[in-house]
Amino acid sequence: METSFSEIINGQAIARNQIPHLSFDDFRQGALKVVESGGKVVQFFGYTDGNTDKLMAVLRTDKLLAAGCDAPEAYLSLTSQCEPFHLFEREIAEQFGIRPKDHPWLKMVRYHPNYCGKKDVFGNDYTKDIPGNYDYYSVEGEEVHEVAVGPVHAGVIEPGHFRFNCIGERVFHLEIQLGYQHRGIEPLLLTADVKRLPVIGDSIAGDTTVGHGVSMAQAIEALTGTSPDASARIIRTIGLELERIANHIGDLGALSGDVAFLPPANYFGRIRGDFLNMTLLICGNRLGKGFVRPGGVRFSIDRDISRILMERINELEPQIKHVLDLLLLTPSVLARFEGCGAVSNNDAEKLGLVGPAGRACGISYDARRCFPTEHYGDIDIPENAKPTGDVYARTKIRAEEVMQSIGIIKSLLSRPIETQCVDFEKFGLASDLAPSSFVVTVNEAWRGEISHCLITDANGRIMRYKIKGPSFHNWNGLAMSLRDTGISDFPLNNKSFNLSYCGFDL
Amino acid sequence: MIKSIIFWLLAMLLAPFFSAVILKIKAFFGGKKGPPLLINYYTLIKLFKKGSVYSTSTTFIFKMGPMVSLCSAVTVLLFLPIAGHAPVVSFDGDVIFILYLMGLGRFFTIAAAMDTASPFEGMGAAREAYFPIICEATMFMILVLFYKLTGELSLATYFSGSQPAGLWHVAGAPLLFVSMAFFIILLTENSRVPVDDPATHLELTMIHEVMVLDHSGPDLALIELGSFIKLFFFSTFVARLICPFDMGNSVFNTAMFGAALLLVYVAAGITESVMARYRMDRVPRFVLTSFALAFFATVITLEFVK
Repeated sequence: METSFSEIINGQAIARNQIPHLSFDDFRQGALKVVESGGKVVQFFGYTDGNTDKLMAVLRTDKLLAAGCDAPEAYLSLTSQCEPFHLFEREIAEQFGIRPKDHPWLKMVRYHPNYCGKKDVFGNDYTKDIPGNYDYYSVEGEEVHEVAVGPVHAGVIEPGHFRFNCIGERVFHLEIQLGYQHRGIEPLLLTADVKRLPVIGDSIAGDTTVGHGVSMAQAIEALTGTSPDASARIIRTIGLELERIANHIGDLGALSGDVAFLPPANYFGRIRGDFLNMTLLICGNRLGKGFVRPGGVRFSIDRDISRILMERINELEPQIKHVLDLLLLTPSVLARFEGCGAVSNNDAEKLGLVGPAGRACGISYDARRCFPTEHYGDIDIPENAKPTGDVYARTKIRAEEVMQSIGIIKSLLSRPIETQCVDFEKFGLASDLAPSSFVVTVNEAWRGEISHCLITDANGRIMRYKIKGPSFHNWNGLAMSLRDTGISDFPLNNKSFNLSYCGFDL
Repeated sequence: MIKSIIFWLLAMLLAPFFSAVILKIKAFFGGKKGPPLLINYYTLIKLFKKGSVYSTSTTFIFKMGPMVSLCSAVTVLLFLPIAGHAPVVSFDGDVIFILYLMGLGRFFTIAAAMDTASPFEGMGAAREAYFPIICEATMFMILVLFYKLTGELSLATYFSGSQPAGLWHVAGAPLLFVSMAFFIILLTENSRVPVDDPATHLELTMIHEVMVLDHSGPDLALIELGSFIKLFFFSTFVARLICPFDMGNSVFNTAMFGAALLLVYVAAGITESVMARYRMDRVPRFVLTSFALAFFATVITLEFVK
């Protein structure tokens, strides 16, 4: 396909002047052309270069494409022609005060003043507490009612506001308003001491510590020209897969608990702990904080640890199979899962769903296979997509991925692993970041595609650090899944997506 | 009479213990140790020690709700023949009185829930009002059957002494259906799985629990106690139906009744452990099954038992 965008490679730094800098019209046409013919948006964000605001887009087809342009004051929104840009344009409007005209639902994303002191696009006064005086989808008529849930919830979970438009028990639409966890990570990364970067990276989303840690490490490695040795890459892969298994198992248990089927919920609750403890064994804490650092890993897997891990996995594997059978062969559970909260393939494509949620809707994209990093290039990741898009499909995908990941870890553990650990005491960057460069990393964390994007200025300082987690795409998938579903099925659907609040709010 | 009053008091005292049996069974199936059998007493004591918090948007109705629902449960228990003994109070037609007394309790729980003006509680109230309607149809169908068999409308005639055994003798097959129908009503009326999930914290899926979300402290204790007693009431029905024998000895009878009661609670616990709850819009079908069973039993009886 002819395009004005140029191809870039996942995790490889290139000089900024090699990325086409187009006029806005060419940029718009080019981006629309790629996405309308089936491409997806990986990153689309604004940044300030000196005194000018610029836009940058990274799209993916079977390869990654990038281009930039100068940001206009206001422009005809891309969303009005092509849905996948929806949330990205709202984010740009919020962060840089650039108004997309004819945007179908121009509403703030996280509720904060923009980065460059411009007039607020949404007309909000941020000195006041969050007043909730912004628009919501509204419905009118007899027997129609709205149910507002959150931001404070009954369980110990993160804050988010859910507004259901209902007729009786049936949901017309669900609108999800997040932003309560906004910590300002992106601007923080520009001002923080360079030593702190990986620590902040680990804390973007607690349940995806390794995923974000690896994405950040790859970006910094690309810009400093370092590269971890083969064993470090294997260890990172094991870390990613352990994180995937622990979270998927936890989700499977929670799904079972949500339909009041307690035995698998209890067993999976325990098994999840067992997998978290494997991460604990390797790096000293269950969430993998401080596991990955630019240049490699801080903890190796020696022969003893490798043997213990293998023993534990061999013991757990039949148990997992057994509990999965218990869950997925119980008729009353299937009656709840099957056909519940289906998202059509067409909707999923337009929303750009990623990860297990996308694969459950027939989108087989898996960054591990399509843009392999670390050790994934040598691993055969099977295509795994279900056509139905319902809770059952999302459950089944998780169940299958758990078994695949166990296979991956077992095969990796049987290799000799010997790496030079990155020293924490002396941690710092071996060399400065390459000036005027650009790098984007794409990784498949357990929830789906994570992408970090780094742009440096002429002095090698970070000019823009953009983070995009899978939840950025998938929250709207949850909203779609609730359409025409009973409101009492919301918790089940919510759990089947299990999206991140802090990974979205940044 | 004294004996009846003692049994009445004992029933109220022991109801929380039996409810804990269900928790134990569920814990066993989940591979856990589970809470102690006296957990419900601890909970009640804890709640009674606390203060209550009232929202400024509520009225006296909200404070009345727990009181009325407990009182109705306690009063209903007065009419119940426990372990074959005559009930404390009884008159012809008391069955209908009892049904509507329970209805009164439910009405005030619903009114208290609506009083908070919370959308969740409104939804819960709508569900709580809907499902018992079907239960009521089943109950009346069973009443028709019992009236046909005994010619009277009082619980004492149905369940005291060796009466249940007599009923089985006259119409065994229909009574099998009735026992099953009663068990379904028990699960529905007491918000157990597969109709409701008493353990969930997810407001949107709750039926009964969501209506009492705003109650706290002693108020919540009253509600909890009321629901233990209600469960005991229904379990007694089923226990007497499945174990209708009269051994002629009060001690034997009481022991046997206790065992049958335990069996009912264990059955409820097992039901909760081996299946997921139904989707909300499938629940009416499940409850209607009880009506179908009762209806069938009644038709058979009307036709064949002369």
